[in-house]
Amino acid sequence: MNIVYAVLVLGILGAVFGLVLAVASKVFEVKTDPRLPEIIEALPGANCGGCGFAGCSDCASNILAGKAPVNACPVGGANSATKIAAIMGVESKETERMVAQVRCNGGTNAKKRYEYRGVKDCTAALKVGAGPLECAYGCLGFGSCVAACKFDAMHIGDNGTAEVDRDKCTNCMACAAACPRHLIISMPAASSVVVPCANKDKGVAAKAVCDVSCIACRLCEKNCPNGAITVVDNCAQIDYSKCTSCGICVTKCPRKLIVDLSGKVVANKPQ
Amino acid sequence: MEFKTLLAISLGAILANNFIFSQFLGICPFMGVSKKIDTATGMGAAVTFVMGLASAFTWLANKFLLTPFHLEYMQTVTFILVIAALVQFVEMFLQKSMPSLYTALGIYLPLITTNCAVLGVALLNIQNNYNFIESVIYGITGGLGFLLAIVLFASIRERLAFADSPKAFEGFPIALITAGLMALGFMGFSGLRVF
Repeated sequence: MNIVYAVLVLGILGAVFGLVLAVASKVFEVKTDPRLPEIIEALPGANCGGCGFAGCSDCASNILAGKAPVNACPVGGANSATKIAAIMGVESKETERMVAQVRCNGGTNAKKRYEYRGVKDCTAALKVGAGPLECAYGCLGFGSCVAACKFDAMHIGDNGTAEVDRDKCTNCMACAAACPRHLIISMPAASSVVVPCANKDKGVAAKAVCDVSCIACRLCEKNCPNGAITVVDNCAQIDYSKCTSCGICVTKCPRKLIVDLSGKVVANKPQ
Repeated sequence: MEFKTLLAISLGAILANNFIFSQFLGICPFMGVSKKIDTATGMGAAVTFVMGLASAFTWLANKFLLTPFHLEYMQTVTFILVIAALVQFVEMFLQKSMPSLYTALGIYLPLITTNCAVLGVALLNIQNNYNFIESVIYGITGGLGFLLAIVLFASIRERLAFADSPKAFEGFPIALITAGLMALGFMGFSGLRVF
């Protein structure tokens, strides 16, 4: 008789709970826009915060509310923008693929003032006598950007500075926010010529602290056929809307500082 | 003397018999959701909420369903059923009626439907022969003990992330060692005498 009670009590309990939950799911139903899960599906789902919202689902609800454009996600790029545009029923503008770029190639080429042996974090290293580098602008190489990268695209290279893996980089710019020296910029993935230096000191001072610093000689500026490269604040900067990656500046730079990441143009030996 | 008993139960549940550090219940959310203080606080609050509710409902289920039919041996399976259904219901209810509370606790609720701390508190209530009020107090304060433990642990882990620990201990191993040391610390409370 005991087993009958056991089966009955548990069976009835289960049935009652099932019914209550079934009723509750109808009574307490919250109407959500059916497009919301579709948009979340179209987003990469890394919750990196590159769009400026608190994660992918927040970004999706903002796109749905019309507060953010369909291409709000820098990570998903054109691919997810097209999908979301289809869901939202609007045209998507083609977005050019951008990647992050570190404006320093110093590392082992840069002079050190002391050896830092503390917490491996750039901001922490900067607190100790303004950092171990002589250069007040260079990459410290303690990997705050590496820790910030959700896509395994950021690594500390052999020469001790941060390097971007362009295939993996999604241009979310989490690294740029993490860099205490603001060295990381966003540039078109199609362009390959970069000036990896951010030193704003005058030539002599810049030369004294690093072997690959920009000394603002303006040779690149004078030789650029497109007027894409200019020296601003004693440091060469490339306007990627004009740059054709011809690589003339790479051959002209006396410091062999400007590089072509594609490897097509290699700097001449210094005279 | 009612108040004194309740105080003794509360202090016992929070400190001396802390669910995590001396009963080793609810370890999976304790390890899993303790990387950041924010999420740890959310998880702790959700556990407190569910433990309080579960204590009340399982006590009633035991008193009015299991005892009359002499089915005490079915406590475990019945309680799991009651708790799972209850949490599901509460989740739906919150989403509709209290969206702000839902956004704070919502994502944690499904994670703790069959949490062992929640089931543990229900079974311990019966084992200790607590009455209804005592059960609810034990549930809530047990949850507060969990909240205290997970927030303390999360604040240590936030700093541990920057520590230069040996390769073999990076990540979970060093966290487990930390948890063990904290449990040792909490053993000190077992000497606590209330009245």
